[in-house]
Amino acid sequence: MTDRYDVLVVGAGPAGLAAAHAAASHGARVGLIDEQMTAGGQVWRQDVQHASPALARRSIGRTLDHPAIDWLAQTRVVTVEDGGLLVEDPRRARRLHYQTLVLATGARELLLPFPGWTLPGITGAGGLQALAKQGWPLAGRRVVIAGSGPLLLAAAATAKRHGAHVLGIYEQSSTENIQRFARSLWRWPAKAVQAMGLRAQLAGVPYRCGSVVRRAHGETELHAVDVDGPRGIEHIACDQLAVGYGLLANVELAQSLGCTLQLQGAHAYVDTDRYQRTSVDGIYAAGELCGIGGRDTARIEGAIAGHAAAGKTADADRLLQSRQHARHFADALNQCFALDPRVHALAQPDTLVCRCEDVSLSALDGYMDARSAKLATRCGMGACQGRICGSALAELGRFPRSGQRPPLFPARLSTLAGTNLSSINKP
Amino acid sequence: MNAPLIRLQINGCTVEARAGTSVAAAIAQHSLIFRRSTTGQPRAAFCGMGVCFECRVAIDGIGQRRACMVPVREGMQVSCDD
Repeated sequence: MTDRYDVLVVGAGPAGLAAAHAAASHGARVGLIDEQMTAGGQVWRQDVQHASPALARRSIGRTLDHPAIDWLAQTRVVTVEDGGLLVEDPRRARRLHYQTLVLATGARELLLPFPGWTLPGITGAGGLQALAKQGWPLAGRRVVIAGSGPLLLAAAATAKRHGAHVLGIYEQSSTENIQRFARSLWRWPAKAVQAMGLRAQLAGVPYRCGSVVRRAHGETELHAVDVDGPRGIEHIACDQLAVGYGLLANVELAQSLGCTLQLQGAHAYVDTDRYQRTSVDGIYAAGELCGIGGRDTARIEGAIAGHAAAGKTADADRLLQSRQHARHFADALNQCFALDPRVHALAQPDTLVCRCEDVSLSALDGYMDARSAKLATRCGMGACQGRICGSALAELGRFPRSGQRPPLFPARLSTLAGTNLSSINKP
Repeated sequence: MNAPLIRLQINGCTVEARAGTSVAAAIAQHSLIFRRSTTGQPRAAFCGMGVCFECRVAIDGIGQRRACMVPVREGMQVSCDD
């Protein structure tokens, strides 16, 4: 089955929702796809126990209810074909064709290896937030939150709302960095209000700066962590550890489409112009995919991309200034939470780096690139296709992540059987 | 928000979960061991958003499914650690 859209949007988080709505407001026929069952992306993920924020409900509602927008849930892109995308949903595979394409594939967490990090009971920070919203049992459980960035506060607040006993938030960045950032918050009043709201929700939860989780203890599941902070090493008994070191863009689809990438530190993002146009004609990108910028940046960039993809750049022009303001906030945030070299030294020679194939850090000694390491050790060859270990190794300064090869995610054989293999095998 | 209760089987045990709950969250009510790694280590849901594949289990006879991406359904048969 083939479907043709004027504008096809990949990803239904804040950027994708805004893009779809903006394009549809000009009369374009829009397709909106997302791999999740419900729209909202990670930041507006639906909570099985609690109501969503009003802004999320409004943004999702007005987009999914729009008569010119087809909402295709649980639909993932398998591979790129000439002029279209091969997608699959739980029932079938099909091709989606488009005049213009808006990529809003968002971000994932930067998850870094340390001794014990594979134990059940350890998740990402955003990972714990996502799982809590899916109904993961947290009531009465002792939770440690660690890593870096504002997501730690949001994850702690969600865990607390779900009845967890949050023992503490351990931020790797220094007290000086955090204080400097807090003093600059007046420039973004809405963010200052948001920060104060989170602070109030987290009353009584210790927030310790300059602290990193050095090691997790347990046999078949987590029992305790060692936190290295300004007061020395603290041994904390806990049931659950949520640890994430910030976010990185999901560039794999954009890369497969040939979009030019740039580096932000060790990680790639998609290069765009003022109208969110990528280097490939007819393909736009918005939100976290264009560099980690947060929800507000994503909403603005999504709208710019949607207007521009529908050929209405004058509407996009009105949003350029607010995008700049939002991006400045993101820059300040990224500076404040830059990773301390201590974080890069957590993994020991015998620490597993590739969790799919159980490859240790020392097994990778002597390899200068991801491809030769993969051929010799299987590192990055598993089901996640190097999304976790490849990004971690890039962050640790070992070697950059290797290019993406189709399929973008493991797919059903019946889906692959219907593909034009000569077209997917092109470089 | 009180969604209806769904009953599913996890490794042969009946587990109840609210509609909208993910299979990953339902498994966590029962046990924290989702699967064994290639060298036999216990593993559980990790990224929570379909990226890491640590939570893969067999659902209704189909293997390698990401438990964090699939909502519970009445009568579902989930098998971990295979």
